[in-house]
Amino acid sequence: MSASQRAKGVTVTSGAAGAVTSSAAGAVTSSAAEKYSSDQQVRWCPGCGDYSILKQVESVLAQHGRPKEEIVFISGIGCSSRFPYYLDTFGMHSIHGRAPAIASGMRSVQPDLSVWLITGDGDSLSIGGNHLIHLLRRNVDLNVLLFNNEIYGLTKGQYSPSSPEGAISRSSPMGSTDHPFNPLALSKGADATFIARSMDRDPKHLREMLQRADAHRGTSLLEIYQNCNVFNDGAFEVFTEKATKPLNTVFVEHGKPLLFANGTKGIKLDGMTPVAVDFSNGGASANDLWVHDERDSFKADILVRLFDDPRKKDALPRPFGVFYVNERSTHEAKMNAQVALAKQKKGDGDLDALLRGENVWTIA
Amino acid sequence: MDTIPTPHPKTVEAREKVVILFAGDSGDGIQLTGSQFTESNALFGNDVSTFPNYPAEIRAPQGTLAGVSGYQLHFGSVDVFTPGDVCDVLVVMNSAALKANIGKLKHGGIIIANNDGFDSKNLRLAGYPDMENPLTDGSLDNYVLHTVDVTKLTRNALEDTTLGMKEKDRSKNMFVLGFINWMYSRSLERTKKFLEAKFKSKPELLEANLKVLQAGYNYGDTSETFTTRYEVKPAPMPKGNYRNITGNQGIAIGLVAAAQKAGLELFYGSYPITPASEILHELSRNKHFGVRTFQAEDEIAAICSAIGASYGGALGVTASSGPGIALKGEALGLAFMLELPLVVVNVQRGGPSTGLPTKTEQADLWQAIFGRNGEAPIPVLAASSPTDCFEMVYEAVKLAVEHMTPVILLSDGYIANGAEPWRFPEAKDLRPITPPFAKPRETMEANGEPLSGLEPFLPYDRDERGVRPWAVPGMKGLQHRIGGIEKEDKTGNISYDPQNHQLMVQLRADKVQRIADTYRPIRLDSGPESGDLLIVGWGSTYGAIRTAVAELQKEGHSVAHVQLRHMFPFNKGLRGLLKRYANVLVPEMNSGQLRQLLRAEFLVDAHGLNKVQGMPFTADEIRVGALNLLNK
Repeated sequence: MSASQRAKGVTVTSGAAGAVTSSAAGAVTSSAAEKYSSDQQVRWCPGCGDYSILKQVESVLAQHGRPKEEIVFISGIGCSSRFPYYLDTFGMHSIHGRAPAIASGMRSVQPDLSVWLITGDGDSLSIGGNHLIHLLRRNVDLNVLLFNNEIYGLTKGQYSPSSPEGAISRSSPMGSTDHPFNPLALSKGADATFIARSMDRDPKHLREMLQRADAHRGTSLLEIYQNCNVFNDGAFEVFTEKATKPLNTVFVEHGKPLLFANGTKGIKLDGMTPVAVDFSNGGASANDLWVHDERDSFKADILVRLFDDPRKKDALPRPFGVFYVNERSTHEAKMNAQVALAKQKKGDGDLDALLRGENVWTIA
Repeated sequence: MDTIPTPHPKTVEAREKVVILFAGDSGDGIQLTGSQFTESNALFGNDVSTFPNYPAEIRAPQGTLAGVSGYQLHFGSVDVFTPGDVCDVLVVMNSAALKANIGKLKHGGIIIANNDGFDSKNLRLAGYPDMENPLTDGSLDNYVLHTVDVTKLTRNALEDTTLGMKEKDRSKNMFVLGFINWMYSRSLERTKKFLEAKFKSKPELLEANLKVLQAGYNYGDTSETFTTRYEVKPAPMPKGNYRNITGNQGIAIGLVAAAQKAGLELFYGSYPITPASEILHELSRNKHFGVRTFQAEDEIAAICSAIGASYGGALGVTASSGPGIALKGEALGLAFMLELPLVVVNVQRGGPSTGLPTKTEQADLWQAIFGRNGEAPIPVLAASSPTDCFEMVYEAVKLAVEHMTPVILLSDGYIANGAEPWRFPEAKDLRPITPPFAKPRETMEANGEPLSGLEPFLPYDRDERGVRPWAVPGMKGLQHRIGGIEKEDKTGNISYDPQNHQLMVQLRADKVQRIADTYRPIRLDSGPESGDLLIVGWGSTYGAIRTAVAELQKEGHSVAHVQLRHMFPFNKGLRGLLKRYANVLVPEMNSGQLRQLLRAEFLVDAHGLNKVQGMPFTADEIRVGALNLLNK
């Protein structure tokens, strides 16, 4: 099966998820990306946002060019978690919510591989919520791709922990009574060292974010807005569609001011409060704008909180891009350093000495 | 002191074996006193068996029955297999300790009581009626009672130190330890060495402890109250080098040893739980063996991290107790389905739910064998003594690695904390462990040539034992996908084919059944090859059954004893063995879990002897149970 056939289910908007295009970091041919496809038929619903994500991941893998056996994909349960079967790398489709724990164990003994964790909003924020936060605080070196579609798809349409309050679903005919998680604020709260957001419908941006996530040493949390066209179609429409995207999204870049609405509007910080400014009215100056610094932890705390319901009047736009990066040493590095230190202090373990212990007596 | 007291003349009596129970508040240092005296006796050459018994609370209300901590030690110049049914000597630090344990002291036994623990406050807390002091009211006339002002004498010994009263009182266990060492003619040298290491950085405390220890010893020499010392000669144990070991130590050391012999790195994922935590503590001290310990966020993460480590080519291990094992159930199914090596240790405690965290029980056998969704047979082993914990965890690793399967090892709180002498092996004599690693493909790809013509790697292609190859991420050309979803035979791809599912269920079950081919032939622990009664034990009941059976055989009964170590699949010789006896008795610290398995599997009319009190069997309980069945 060719890469283009595999992507046939995608409903593409204006050349977005079509042919692999060259990115800023360099061109990737579709045959190189195809090298990372497995021989398995992809079984997501036609039109699912997962196709686009798979395609961009293949593209990034090809660009990186690592041997296939040095790449590992570990997933939990849910539609997105079928992902590993479609790549010709090492892969484990594990159990619901537990991929972070499995990947942490594997990482501890395999510090040199490229490890990717595929999860969904139910898998990572509900049943596996505990593992996710501990993965982030430990900073295990791997890339978490959190496919957020705000719905339980594989179980046929119940509200998820990221569904907005009031969401109508098969298990909430009168609307969900649960307040949703803000996945990036949760990640920031757990001291994640790389926090980013992208969307299935913007392949160029998605590819860039995947590259950034892959390049980061530590746990990279990349939330990807992914459309479930069967059970929650259009959940992210306002962010992804051409007509509404400019007003409802702000693409943040390190060192650049927060601009949106095709550069006609921006966001400034009024004390600790982000405020939208409109240049067309005059009066506002681009110099007043919030300049994104992805190393600034305090500003990142505010940025992840830009989470207005887009239906709200005067809602601030939803940020996409790399919110926050922090280089702190990884869990496995610290673990292995202790092993090395113990060996340096006590010498390589002598099994006979361990068996003997401290107090030996001999019966002759 | 004005004058140096002179030693009073003492007589020395020989004893074959002694059971001594130290009891006091859980903050009195009873466990330390007991374990130190155990070490001294073991080093001297006695056989020993111990039973630490303490409350779940770290510092239960002082002076109350709930707060009593005990350490029972059986040591002898002959083989000992249990901590003893009844005690010869009871050392009590306060009124509650006496009240809680007097029932365990034999008639005519010795009581050594700390007088200061019997003031009106302590008596009231222990629930003695007003004004009644058992030390003075004659109620202990059937025993030999010695009262010692332990607190006062400890304070006296530390008169010229700058320590506060509270700190002084904390060394009173050393007074008892010194005195008991005198009473049983033991040298203080080993305990002194221990204290020197323990208080290396606190010279003031070291000096105080040494002083009080010596004061306790000297007290025995100089006091007129004690006219007799005892001597327990070394036991005639097989030649060799010995050390003392608890079950949890045995497991930790066995895991390191097995990983080393298998050439694997050991990864231990664990969440703290009584009574399994010591395994984590012990392993975390052995990082120079390449051991990686991972204190996970919960029990599920603990097992999942271990599965991940095994997937990554290491030896993944996790341990817990019943409630934690319950949480690990789904992941156990995954490990079974993936067919990766994994060792899961259950140090059983009283259940269900939180149950009795510090007490022992054997009620998780069914959980181990059946506690998963779907058809997921997993080998289950059981350790029967502290030293057997080493043997069985070693075997668990060997089976898990060589057969690519999770293996459950059952221990329990009794043998986990109990200690006995261990004739430890040399590393070179340990059985080899051979991981069935797949051979990485040094492919044409490396030379820039196409891979076409090369057969795809089949992760579920089995050898003659039904074992699949272990292909680890990073191995050239062996990339493949595995998962918890049903997989196609050989390829491991997702398959919903009905026939394939039945085939896979069968293949996985057959593989596990074939593990029984590797067992050594079943062997009686003692007794005739056929006869009136076979006692079938498993796990920590071993010592009590062995002691009871020896007694029954001495009395002329036709009784044999077999201790099962393979709970699933059973030893193939068990069927024949069970048929050769008129009666089968199964003592268990549960309501009959093994008994039901034996009845179901072998259609044998097995009888149960069941105790679910959080306490191990006494040998006499087993003996009486056997006699009741024989006399029916």
